[in-house]
Amino acid sequence: MGSYIVRRLLQSIPILLIVSLISFGIMKLVPGDPAIVIGGPNATAAEIENIRKNLGLDRPFHVQLGVFYWNLFQGDLGRSLLLGKPVLEAVIERAPITISLSIYAMVLTIAFGIAIGVLAALRQNTWIDQVATTFALIGVSLPNFWLGLVMIVLFSVHLGWLPTNSYVDFSDDPVRWLRHATMPSVALAMLQIGLLARITRSTMLETLRQDYIRTARAKGLPEWRVVAKHAMANVMIPVITVIGIILSVLISGSVVIESVFSIPGIGSLLGNAILRRDYTMIQGGLLFVAAVLMLLNILVDILYAWFDPRVRYDAGK
Amino acid sequence: MIGLVMFSFVVALAVFAWWIAPNDPNRTAIRMRFRPPQLDRVLLLGTDNLGRNMLSRIVHGAQLSLLIGLGVVLLNSVFGVLLGAVAGYFRKLDGPMMRLADALMAFPSILLAIGIAAALGPSAWTAVIALSVVYIPRTARIVRASVLVVREMEFVQAARASGAGHWRIISRHIMPNCMAPLIVQLSFIFAYAVLSEAVLSFLGLGAPPSIPSWGTMISEGRTYIREASWLTIVPGCAIALTVLGLNLMGDGLRDVLDPRLKIEQG
Repeated sequence: MGSYIVRRLLQSIPILLIVSLISFGIMKLVPGDPAIVIGGPNATAAEIENIRKNLGLDRPFHVQLGVFYWNLFQGDLGRSLLLGKPVLEAVIERAPITISLSIYAMVLTIAFGIAIGVLAALRQNTWIDQVATTFALIGVSLPNFWLGLVMIVLFSVHLGWLPTNSYVDFSDDPVRWLRHATMPSVALAMLQIGLLARITRSTMLETLRQDYIRTARAKGLPEWRVVAKHAMANVMIPVITVIGIILSVLISGSVVIESVFSIPGIGSLLGNAILRRDYTMIQGGLLFVAAVLMLLNILVDILYAWFDPRVRYDAGK
Repeated sequence: MIGLVMFSFVVALAVFAWWIAPNDPNRTAIRMRFRPPQLDRVLLLGTDNLGRNMLSRIVHGAQLSLLIGLGVVLLNSVFGVLLGAVAGYFRKLDGPMMRLADALMAFPSILLAIGIAAALGPSAWTAVIALSVVYIPRTARIVRASVLVVREMEFVQAARASGAGHWRIISRHIMPNCMAPLIVQLSFIFAYAVLSEAVLSFLGLGAPPSIPSWGTMISEGRTYIREASWLTIVPGCAIALTVLGLNLMGDGLRDVLDPRLKIEQG
């Protein structure tokens, strides 16, 4: 197990290196002089010169790259042009909000995704199955930000059940947080629920045909125990594999969803940075999110290897 | 089949946009603003905050969405296939190329697209390029996986033994046997591209406001969501219809072309 973890961590180093290079390169994609673009049409020559100096754009390419990595190793992702404070500080400040939303959405995804998938598989080819698979397919096809807006129209404007502005932190008031976080989390989770339900359904159908399930039934176990204890154990394996992907989609979805619901998390931080051309923020924020997701994925892989010993042996070959 | 019908419907809207649209999608008529949808040839989908005709804007928006989707699919079928085939065939290049693909895929897809589009500046081309960069590594991976299997088959060895060059082996012998998963993948990429283009233009990173786009329409309609919710709801339905059609079509293609991947039907 120890060697698997080490190997998995070592594998991620070259990828992390390329990831950082890509996020460095994003600023280089800005057509023309980034300083002029950042300064905007009303900036004076002196202001533009100032921006150029602050970003180190006046120095040769290899020096810029060197400085970028030197700072990176010291945990410095640069300074936000807009907020005037370090990118890392701004991101970490807002992280709890995005994390609490992602966890809520994750819980919804796992609960509903698995429930719908299992239900559809157990009632295969009935109207329940039809409704569940159609629901899953529609979930995969809806733009999440639009779903968020439609929920606002329905639950806030018409029914007045749920609030849409002045977000409350979980730590301040969990009950009010729940009222604020439900619509954005459902909007975020919808796509994933669809994906997970589809995967769960097909795995469940496959598992129920295995010999060991027949044995369990033959020895007279009630059907719910066959499903809940024997089949579920195997259904969970593919579910754990996709958790990494689900997390990644949830976090990227939060950029738009947080803007739609005016929630002050990392997503809206990046959204604002994009609108205001705060390139250091975009660059640093992207790198931060990608690095965190990579770490989470490694963690998921390790958990997976823990649960399923075959994985660590296969990877060792 | 339903998927094909739905998608063909959207394609028809886009192709015949100039006939279907009652008037110019950008023509403003302040006196006609905020007309709700009604049973009327012209006002079927109502008008927006500037009195522009929503039906005209929706059908012209279909053109943009489909063109961007098509652009992404074309770039993917050229570069994704090329890179995937090279990585799968020339084993020495495989490692570095796949690490690069892994790194590109380490970014959450839509975030990377947003980052690239933000740097390049908003335009329809930017959206195509940003989304292609995001999806090409995924296509390349799928092509590579099929090439790895096919290159070990006997008929490829026979071709090699008969003196065929690398290019000929790849293009004439290997690739035709890798088409099924590729076509399925491309139909899903089309769906993702339409969905992601909507996100980009919603954030103001897509086509300029002079070109009607579903994502932009939603973001403009958002301001009036309390008084005129159809401005937001109608374009979203158009996106959902297109993406649902493409997803259904992808499922259908997969069942026909690649039964091994078929989601259990029982």
